[in-house]
Formats: sequence, structure tokens, C-alpha cells
Amino acid sequence: MKRLQNSLYINTQGAYLHKERETLVIDINKEKAAQLPIHGIGAIFCFGNVMVSPQVMGFCGENSVNLAFFTEYGRFLARVQGKQTGNVLLRRAQYRKADEDPVSVARNIVAAKIQMQKQVLQRHQRNHGNSVEFSQQITAINHVLDTLKHCADLDKIRGYEGEAASRYFSVFNMLLTNKDLGFEFSGRVRRPPTDPVNCLLSFMYSVLGNDISAALQGVGLDPQVGFLHQERPGRDSLALDLLEEFRAFIADRLVLTLLNRQQLKPSDFITETGGAVKLKDDARKLVLKEYQSRKQQKIRHQFLDEDVEIGLLPHVQALLLARHIRGDLQQYPPFISK
Amino acid sequence: MNDVRLIPLAALQHYAFCPRQCALIHNEQVWADNFLTAQGHLLHERVDSGEPETRKGIRIERGVQVAAPNIGITGKLDLVEKDLSTGELFPVEYKRGKPKVSDWDEIQLCAQAVCLEEMTRKTVAEGALWYNQTRHRQAVIFTPELRQRTLQVIADVATMLESGITPKAVYDKHCHACSLFDLCNPKLLQKDNSLQYVNRLFSTEDFDEETTE
Repeated sequence: MKRLQNSLYINTQGAYLHKERETLVIDINKEKAAQLPIHGIGAIFCFGNVMVSPQVMGFCGENSVNLAFFTEYGRFLARVQGKQTGNVLLRRAQYRKADEDPVSVARNIVAAKIQMQKQVLQRHQRNHGNSVEFSQQITAINHVLDTLKHCADLDKIRGYEGEAASRYFSVFNMLLTNKDLGFEFSGRVRRPPTDPVNCLLSFMYSVLGNDISAALQGVGLDPQVGFLHQERPGRDSLALDLLEEFRAFIADRLVLTLLNRQQLKPSDFITETGGAVKLKDDARKLVLKEYQSRKQQKIRHQFLDEDVEIGLLPHVQALLLARHIRGDLQQYPPFISK
Repeated sequence: MNDVRLIPLAALQHYAFCPRQCALIHNEQVWADNFLTAQGHLLHERVDSGEPETRKGIRIERGVQVAAPNIGITGKLDLVEKDLSTGELFPVEYKRGKPKVSDWDEIQLCAQAVCLEEMTRKTVAEGALWYNQTRHRQAVIFTPELRQRTLQVIADVATMLESGITPKAVYDKHCHACSLFDLCNPKLLQKDNSLQYVNRLFSTEDFDEETTE
């Protein structure tokens, strides 16, 4: 399998990234803070007021390094992309499939998403004993899976996805086992998140989604043309499709771990006048550090029957989707952990 | 304008190694370097650099660009020798390894000769293959049989690339020498288990987890 390369997250406000021969140099307050060879770097994510020289942008393009910009608060802004490469035959096949036959890919992805949500709940039950609420939701989720299996209507598939999600999130608050700090979750709120838990979830989905967009582009797929998610200008619909497989397994579990281990405190968040909740600099740094170390962990990929670093999963799934679209695989096998 | 797709000479070699590899590289634009390809690049960098020179009445040119729209092929020749007294051309192809059992290197060289013929309208009767491992030049005569076979192979490659279909993987020992191994996934694709796998997605039984934190 391809080598998992490091992602560089630049979080320090006012940092300046420039190029020196084959290396990247990060200046902070006009002083060299780090110098790294470009080989071994897979992605550079800049948060907030981070300056990048045009030479670095070109350098990243040439070396297939994903360079992306986010606001200080983790909202995606832009990505630098090199020359358009990849396989026009694959992209065309992707468009055709999205137009003519999106159901099986969409259904498989939703099923995987639901499995992974269920797994988060079952994991909690194993560690904390059975509870009526959890068992009820798991039974209901199983029922959704059963109905989904034979569903060939895209709108209904989206409906089942929503139903499973609302059941999952209805008990999500109970997954926060450490109540000392007073974190509460009373339902998913987005754009903008109005509590710390939602803020963390949104942040992780955004970072992960960008990793997925880059992986899709890396194998030559168009991240904007999806199967499950409707196209909307400016939206990476296919990246959102693939994100569904990873939300619970990577993002939700990371957020729960951070909160339950008390690695984050309420004072790590800022509430703005309008009610939007945002992560402070140091807290964001901690979240990204934990995410980065999670990416290094290996897991058995059930379909490949190979050990794969978690950070490579988006690339692996993008590759499998491309092979399905090109006719090598009868079905798209989304990611599920055992 | 008549916009024919010219096949790169290198595609013939890729096709000989594996038709799927050829389709992956030339249609799907998949490429990855490994040790073997990097070694090949280095060798060719050495061969391709170097100014034209004349020795004993023979002019030597390296990295000669050719295109032959009539037979539908294009590429770069490692080395062409021109006899200044007769004007005869003599292509030389540099190979990383040693002489092969099959005639693929001869076919590639013959394709080069056919390109030169289309460009210069002169007959190219003979050429040579140089092997890095044996450090030996092996003469190749472009017989009617070899020419026939070469044109047939070019036509086969053209048909495959034109179809846009990437042949299924055939897993074999030589797969491990292929730089596209991870992108091609030949082992995985021998047997398509995706249907069984997908059935598990809808299973309502409990999974047991293997990662522990």
C-alpha cells in the first residue's frame, strides 16, 4: 500500500511558509521555526492568518501535496491544486454512474455509516453495561438496516440515513460519560455549532472531509459529483458521500475520547455574541495532534484483508470506488471496521 | 482536422509486460515509480543527454523524437546512428536488463525503425539492442516477418486503448515487479468478493471489535 505521509497543520497566527531549495521553511515572528523536506509531507493545512509564498503553492502542486486553507475556526476556504491530471475516462464513467445508477453506491455507503454508528453504541454498551435506551435505539437501527437493504429509491435511502442518524444522536449525550465538566449534547446543530460538542464534531468533519477530497482527487475522481449527496455548486458532494463511512468511526469517536478523557475543558471554547461556539487555538492544536496520531494507527481493512493506517483509509476507499466505477468490482465496498 | 491518437512507443513495452498495465498508464493515467523504473530513468537520462557527435564517418544522435501518423505511433529513440557516406539509419535501443526470451524488444525496435522510415522515407534495414546487464549490443534485422508482427502488435494496442476498457488483472509472479501493484490491486481483483462483502453491510448481527484503545 501507498506510504502514509505526514500532514502538516499550521495553526500559529502570522506564520509564514516559504521554500528553500527542496524544503519548506516555516517562519514565526520572522525567525525560522522549522525546516522540512517536501518528501514525506502529504498535506499542509493552514488555519487562519498563515501566509504561504506562491513558490510553495507551485511546489505543492508539483509534488502532489494537498495544500488547503481554513479559517481560524476550521471552516474550509480554499485548496491549491496543481495541473489537472487523472483519467478523463474515469471521470466520465463517474458522471454517467451518478446520473444513471447512483443507488447501489449510495445504499452501500449509508449501510456502512449506520453500521459504524451502531458500533459506537454497542461499544459503549460493552464498556458500560446494557441500558434500555441503547438497546431500543440499536433495535430500531437494525430495523432501518433491514428496510434499507431492499430500497432502490434514492430519496428513501436518504430518509433512512436521517432516521438512523437521529436515533444515534438521540443517545449521543449518554456517550459523554464524564459529566464533571458539564459538556452536554442535545442534538446536532450545524452552521454554526452552538455548543462545544457540536463545534468539535463540525470541526472534525471539516478536516476529515478535506482529507477525503484530496484522496478522491488523488485517484482521479471528481470530488464534486456524488451519488448520495445532491450536487450543489461549491460542494464536494462525493467527498461528503465518502465522509459518511468515516464520521462515526473516526470523528465521533475521537471527539468522545477527547471529552471523556477530559483533554478538553469548557474554557477551551469561545462563545460569540451570536451564540456560535468556536475552538481556541491551543485546543484546536490538541485536537489536530490527536487526530494525527489516530491516523498513524493501523486497522485491518475487511475488504482488502490487509492492515492499513487509518490515515490512508480515504485513499483506499477512493481507489476502491474508482475500481468499481471502472468495472473491476461489481459493488462498491465501503469501509466498515469489524 | 484529423486528430488521430498516436500511441507512444513505450506503450508497446507496457502492453508486452501486461495489457492492464498499458491501459492503466495510457488510458487511466496512473503512474508510480519504483526502484526498477527509477533505474530505467537514470539509464535513459545518461543515454539521452550528450550532444550529437561524429565518429568514423558515423553521426550519433541521442533522444531522437519521432512521430509516424500513418502507423499511429510516436516516441523518442534512445540513439540513432547515421552512416554519413550511405545515409543509412541505424536505431539503437538501451535496455536496463538482459536479452528476453520473447521478441518484445525486437518488436519495439522494429516499431522505431518503421517510424524512422515514415519520417525519412528511407529504408531502415537493421538496428541493435543494447543490454545494460550484459553490456552487449545485439543486432536485429527487420525481416518482413518481424515487420508484420510489429504492425499487428501496434494494431492490437491501438484497439485496446481505443476501446477505453481496462482489461481485468491477471495475477502472476511478474506483478511484484510492477510499479503499479498497489494501484492495480491484482490479487484483490482475481476474485470479486464485493457482493458478499456488501451483504455483510446490511447484517443486523453484532460485530465484534478488534481495535482497543
